[in-house]
Amino acid sequence: MIRAVLAVFRRDLALAWAAGGGAAAPLGFFVGATALVPLTAGPDPQTLAVIGPPLLWLTAALAALMVLERLFQADLEDGSLDQLLLSPAPLELLVAAKGAALWVAIGGPLALVAMPMALAMQTPPHAAPLAALGLLVGLAAFIGAGLFGAALAAGVRRGGVLIAILVLPFFAPPIIFGAAAASRAAAEGLSTDAFSFLCATALFFAALGPIGAAAALRQHLS
Amino acid sequence: MFAYFANPDRFMRISAWALPIATVLAIGLLVIGLPWGLLIAPADFRQGESARIMFVHVPAAWWALGIYTFMALASFAGLVWRHALADVAARAAAPVGAAYAALCLITGSFWGAPTWGTWWEWDARLTSMLVLFLTYVGYMALWAAIEDETRAARLAAILCLAGFINIPIVKFSVDWWNSLHQPASILRAGGSAMDPSMMQPLLVMAMAYLAAFAALLMAGMRADVYRRRAAANAVRRARAA
Amino acid sequence: MTGYSGATDQPGEGYRRVQLAISDLALDRGGWRLFEHLSFTAPAGAHVALTGPNGAGKTSLLRAIAGFLRPAAGTIAVDGRAPEDAAPLLHFLGHRDGLKATLDARAHVRFWADVLGGGAVEDVLARVGLGRVTDLPARTLSAGQSRRLALARLIAAPRPLWLLDEPAAALDTAGKALLNTLIDAHCAGGGIVVAAVHEPLGAPTQTVQLG
Repeated sequence: MIRAVLAVFRRDLALAWAAGGGAAAPLGFFVGATALVPLTAGPDPQTLAVIGPPLLWLTAALAALMVLERLFQADLEDGSLDQLLLSPAPLELLVAAKGAALWVAIGGPLALVAMPMALAMQTPPHAAPLAALGLLVGLAAFIGAGLFGAALAAGVRRGGVLIAILVLPFFAPPIIFGAAAASRAAAEGLSTDAFSFLCATALFFAALGPIGAAAALRQHLS
Repeated sequence: MFAYFANPDRFMRISAWALPIATVLAIGLLVIGLPWGLLIAPADFRQGESARIMFVHVPAAWWALGIYTFMALASFAGLVWRHALADVAARAAAPVGAAYAALCLITGSFWGAPTWGTWWEWDARLTSMLVLFLTYVGYMALWAAIEDETRAARLAAILCLAGFINIPIVKFSVDWWNSLHQPASILRAGGSAMDPSMMQPLLVMAMAYLAAFAALLMAGMRADVYRRRAAANAVRRARAA
Repeated sequence: MTGYSGATDQPGEGYRRVQLAISDLALDRGGWRLFEHLSFTAPAGAHVALTGPNGAGKTSLLRAIAGFLRPAAGTIAVDGRAPEDAAPLLHFLGHRDGLKATLDARAHVRFWADVLGGGAVEDVLARVGLGRVTDLPARTLSAGQSRRLALARLIAAPRPLWLLDEPAAALDTAGKALLNTLIDAHCAGGGIVVAAVHEPLGAPTQTVQLG
């Protein structure tokens, strides 16, 4: 069973980083969209220090949305999903492995890039690692919710917009706690309550997302 | 209750006379409740005449949540017991719930303008109502996007139940994030803080909204049952030809 | 999960001997009844040819036996269990090969062995005639080679019940011969094959006609 879970994790990681896997696109989007912020709000450092951390969260959430469309659709179309259902390991765990691979493939690089981007948004140097760490945790929540939305819309052609509509209500709690933690970290250092709420939300979505996603995928295969 | 109404023929027989009754009831209660609330009931001593919009706003908020709860129950019944009529009910309820949520948001905005001096206040209840509205929109979008109706019903039901977990979490997180709204005065612990002269028209309006929901729900369900029968007949004719 | 493996521990004994029993089965598709009152039993070693016109429900029947599709009425029993609980006992080979364009042939076989529960993967590709393309990514394989790679799944993870949907599609003469060899060896070892076909394939021990 663990062997099956690890195999799915390794394969999705390999696929994400292979040519055409699409792991680079959300990263580029994240950097590009964040770079537009000073162009819209003006380069005033004080304004940027206020709106910068929350906007990093917004662009990261949108970047996470980008990879969701093909997540299950490719597996559904080429028949791989049938094979996952025949594994002795429960589909929920295999879906969680796919989510974990996505988190490592997208979330890790994005959190790393978030550090210089946070500095560019006038976040004080001591708070930049906290902002990156928070984003890494928050992306686990986004991906957990995203697995669910992607699974619901797996059989829909050009389902990207539909996934966004389905998933955005579930993005509200992590984005609230995440942006609050980031703002406070910039202002007064680590805020334990905001950060622990963020971690709790991430755990919740990362645990329940795969269960909902597996239930939805079973419907698509029937 | 679901088991009894799960038979489509029985539902069609009962709703044939229940639909007009609910319609008349809804119109009657609105004719009583609207002038009572908007003209006769005393103005709020702090907020003045503008608080009268409460009689439109508050029942919309109650039933926007109530209808979502109804949909979650119907979705559960549809998933577990595979009652096709429960799926039909959840689907038909969604546009009504979305309309109530939209009404709540619009009237809340009108109410906020004179009271808080702004057309939109990001307080916990308005924000979670906005998320509820978006959840309704996503639910309807999912139904619309999937061609196979049996599959669409199951997926929409799963989404509905997940949203039912999400809404309280959103409410809690927005509460934590920012709480500027006046405390909820109807459901405050230790009895109602509202004067009976305002409470009575409010309850009449709440009943009017409920009756309107029942009428719209039955009308939507009847239309859906007719549509399904027509589609089944078309397939049958195509097969026979 | 269930501690229920397809292969027996003793070498040479072949597969765990199971039975497929279908009784009074009815399947719906898109609100329409595909067929009803279907009953048949396939003992260990059986090769069942599933025939019928397009739209008769061959694919749906295979997906129902695999546990993907819930029957409208009747029962399916794989070794006395409901299909959802019998997943580790069966293979499903559908129209689509389940390949990823950027992964090579060996990676596919290893993945299936890991996910479905199989043993050594070294000689599997040679046995399906892909010994010379083990390191090529799937996008460079021809349709026939892709099909052979999908067939490799059947031997990478030993399981007693094979559900094959038009397995000969895209295969050349040598490929069809290979498929027949695999099926015969599987049945001789006590396995069951249920294959949806529109042209005769090998020597079935029984035929189920739909529609």
